[in-house]
Amino acid sequence: MTAPLHDTGAAGTAPTDVTADMPAHRIEGRSPGRIAWMRLKRDKVALAGGVVVVLLVLVAVFAPVIVSLLGHPPNEFHEDRIDPLFGTPTGKWGGMSSDFLFGVEPVNGRDVFSRVVHGARISLLVAFLAAFVAVLLGTFFGIVAGYFGGWIDSLISRTMDLLLAFPQLLFIIALISVVPNKLWGFTGSGVRMGVLVVVIGFFGWPYIGRIVRGQTFSLREREYVEAARGLGAGRTYILFRELLPNLVAPITVYTTLMIPTNILTEAALSFLGAGVKPPTPSWGQMLSKAVSTYDTDPTFMVIPGLAIFVTVLAFNLLGDGVRDALDPKANR
Amino acid sequence: MTSTRSSRRALAAGTAVVIAALLSTSACGGGDDESDGGNRPAGFNAATKGVVNTSTAKGGTLKFIGSQDFDSLDPQRMYYGFAWDFSRFYTRQLITYDNKPGAKSTSLVPDLATAKAEISSDGRTYTYRLRDGITFEDGSPITAQDIKYGIERIWAQDVISGGPTYLKQILDPKGEYKGPYKDKDPKKLGLKSIETPDAKTIIFKLPKPNGDFEQILALPSSSPLKPDRDKAAKYALKPFSSGPYKFESYSPNKGAVLVRNDKWSKSSDPIRAALPDKVTVTINSNADDVDKRLIKGDYDLDINATGMTQSGRTTALKQHKANVDNGTTSFIRYAVFPEKVKPMDNVHCRKAVIYAADKKALQTARGGPLAGGDIAANMLPKSIKGADDYDPYGALQNGGAANTAKAEEELKACGKPGGFSTVISVRNNKPAEVATAEALQECLGKVGIKADVDQIDGAQSSSITGSPSVVRKKGYGIIITGWGPDFPTGQGFSQPLVDGRFIAQSGNYNNSELNDPAINKLFDDAIAETDPVKAGEIYKQINHKVSDRADYLPFVYEKTITWRSSRLTNVYTADSYNGRYDYVSLGVAK
Repeated sequence: MTAPLHDTGAAGTAPTDVTADMPAHRIEGRSPGRIAWMRLKRDKVALAGGVVVVLLVLVAVFAPVIVSLLGHPPNEFHEDRIDPLFGTPTGKWGGMSSDFLFGVEPVNGRDVFSRVVHGARISLLVAFLAAFVAVLLGTFFGIVAGYFGGWIDSLISRTMDLLLAFPQLLFIIALISVVPNKLWGFTGSGVRMGVLVVVIGFFGWPYIGRIVRGQTFSLREREYVEAARGLGAGRTYILFRELLPNLVAPITVYTTLMIPTNILTEAALSFLGAGVKPPTPSWGQMLSKAVSTYDTDPTFMVIPGLAIFVTVLAFNLLGDGVRDALDPKANR
Repeated sequence: MTSTRSSRRALAAGTAVVIAALLSTSACGGGDDESDGGNRPAGFNAATKGVVNTSTAKGGTLKFIGSQDFDSLDPQRMYYGFAWDFSRFYTRQLITYDNKPGAKSTSLVPDLATAKAEISSDGRTYTYRLRDGITFEDGSPITAQDIKYGIERIWAQDVISGGPTYLKQILDPKGEYKGPYKDKDPKKLGLKSIETPDAKTIIFKLPKPNGDFEQILALPSSSPLKPDRDKAAKYALKPFSSGPYKFESYSPNKGAVLVRNDKWSKSSDPIRAALPDKVTVTINSNADDVDKRLIKGDYDLDINATGMTQSGRTTALKQHKANVDNGTTSFIRYAVFPEKVKPMDNVHCRKAVIYAADKKALQTARGGPLAGGDIAANMLPKSIKGADDYDPYGALQNGGAANTAKAEEELKACGKPGGFSTVISVRNNKPAEVATAEALQECLGKVGIKADVDQIDGAQSSSITGSPSVVRKKGYGIIITGWGPDFPTGQGFSQPLVDGRFIAQSGNYNNSELNDPAINKLFDDAIAETDPVKAGEIYKQINHKVSDRADYLPFVYEKTITWRSSRLTNVYTADSYNGRYDYVSLGVAK
């Protein structure tokens, strides 16, 4: 498991660089994780994506601090920045100024900067939590289906097929309209976020589940699994101690690729009015509001659009880089 | 153009005509467009102050466009205000609204009748004599029996649904008549409270007097129809005209074409100008595109007249201000507090919300002083007799700013010094209402009232906010909505909102569930009063009582920004049609 030569044989161009890198020093064993990290460091595009992702996460975590330094409370109205006749911001570029960095929202004059920053919180939180739910479910069911096979596999696989064919977006929109205002001790936006996380996560797990199942299929016949079985290890031990650690690579890759998809789903749902409740700021909602003023105040549409674009692009670049680095497909 | 080609026209499918209108490349349209430059726009708001481009010149095509189709073309089934306005092109009633601008439009004048009703001294018998020379589109005379039959259709609510049912409630409060389709009378004229002794006389016998009876007879639901032309539910697809125009075609959600009814004679009709040779209606569901086409000059006016979109009005006001009117619509946009939902059962909590609201912010959310309207002080529109500036909560003071000190005082009096939680219900298909909900939420938050905004499906509102039990279950302490009168009197505006006997289990508009015997009694008095001025005094009293109860937070007396093309003649806004242009008087310059 720790032999780098396996990887050098199978994976494209990068591995030759790895060997070229090492000659002068004494030969040392390297973990696959370390090798992957070295490959990732070499991938400038992925690194740039990673840096943006880290920045975004920091912005989301420290949103209240950032806003208190550079903006106004996200739900505070500033009608004095609005032309009462047209409902559009006074001043050029959607009312951008040193006071309002990204301008103000039409009609009510809320600070676009602080809403975008707070919107990052919602977007990332929903995306991460939903990915977590999906990974948890997907890994569990995938590994079980792959290891046991037979009717268990059939049952889980057909369930995954069913879920993949399900009209997810329509279902969520219908569900949101019947969800009560108070649920599980949450009210208002909390309920909506909870529902979004659970539902997006629930419909996301088959994607991970399929990958994990396929990988488990090939791994369960390996010698080290046979050996564990021969030594009398229990099923749980084999599943979670022998198989799971070897599935980390594909799971990591698909998780990083799932997050941008979740961000887009959340934005789409918010756009359609099925996201978090106003006045909680969210990017999709801002976009949907901007539609009515797209030609009189285009700035208000461009800014949340850019936020979504940059975030999704950064996660995708990072995800691609991680995949190249771990190269799970080359794992025989 | 079209009159010379009747054979080809008969062959052409209705849709083809509409498509031609959509593309606006028909020979007719092209010819009219070229003459556009000859007219100068009349100036901002000109049509709200008087008649713009007075003219008696006939000819041309009057081109309507709109994003919302008619709810029905059947005069007994329509309830949209613009449909009522439009219906005068092809329907006539015993009496109708005067063809005068502004407030003068609300006075009633004889139409099919020779004069207004002869009213018996007890106020319960209304007698009309019909004019000579009144005909349907096939040339047959309009008789008193045809008018009675048309009115009887309102009783068949299982087939002819959707229209106003005032006449049914006034003439047959016990619901004894079952409607013309179930009528055992061979001539289908079984309704006892309308008598037609001969073809020229019609007598209405009311179980109890109603001072607004003639107002209600002026609604299109009193239009005549010959029984053998009644296609029941399908009648809406091609109404049988009694007015100056008849339908050449109508395709739901596409549009309509009306051409002159050559059997109609001007001498029999003192009201309808009937200037254009042709009237077209084009439905285009993209409201932004509707405004763009109006500004470009492809069409003359928006039939819906609900106001231009944000981008449309910005362009119009900045570049073509002289083509824009800013009329008042008789609608009030408001929030109402259901009295059965805690803590809004306490008058002090209701007052706290009213004081905490920043009326200026709510006005801006509605679209500002032009597109939104004037800040409203109470719940009676200015166009209705009895309206005044009664302002017990100082809505018009300090530029509409919130009165936080008073709000906190009322919160203490309510026993909730730190504020409370409630839910605001708002229709999700009305962006301006959603914006006002957010603005109200923000204002209330400043005094500690935590309001959650619940966006409901606007199309389902009659079974959500219109159902008192659902309102209670969902805990809606604040409902944001709007209301306009069916006919311009206190009965037409206020009674459905504040008369306790109008509380219904679904489709309820008395959202506050206000049921005050004193107010109910005042309505009876006002309705029995035949002198509109005296009735107005009573409606004023009702309005003051309602204001004092603090059940309503009025936002604005609504105004709209509407487009008036430069080629339109005889343009004026009419209070009788909630501030829309009086469509039947319009003409187009050649």
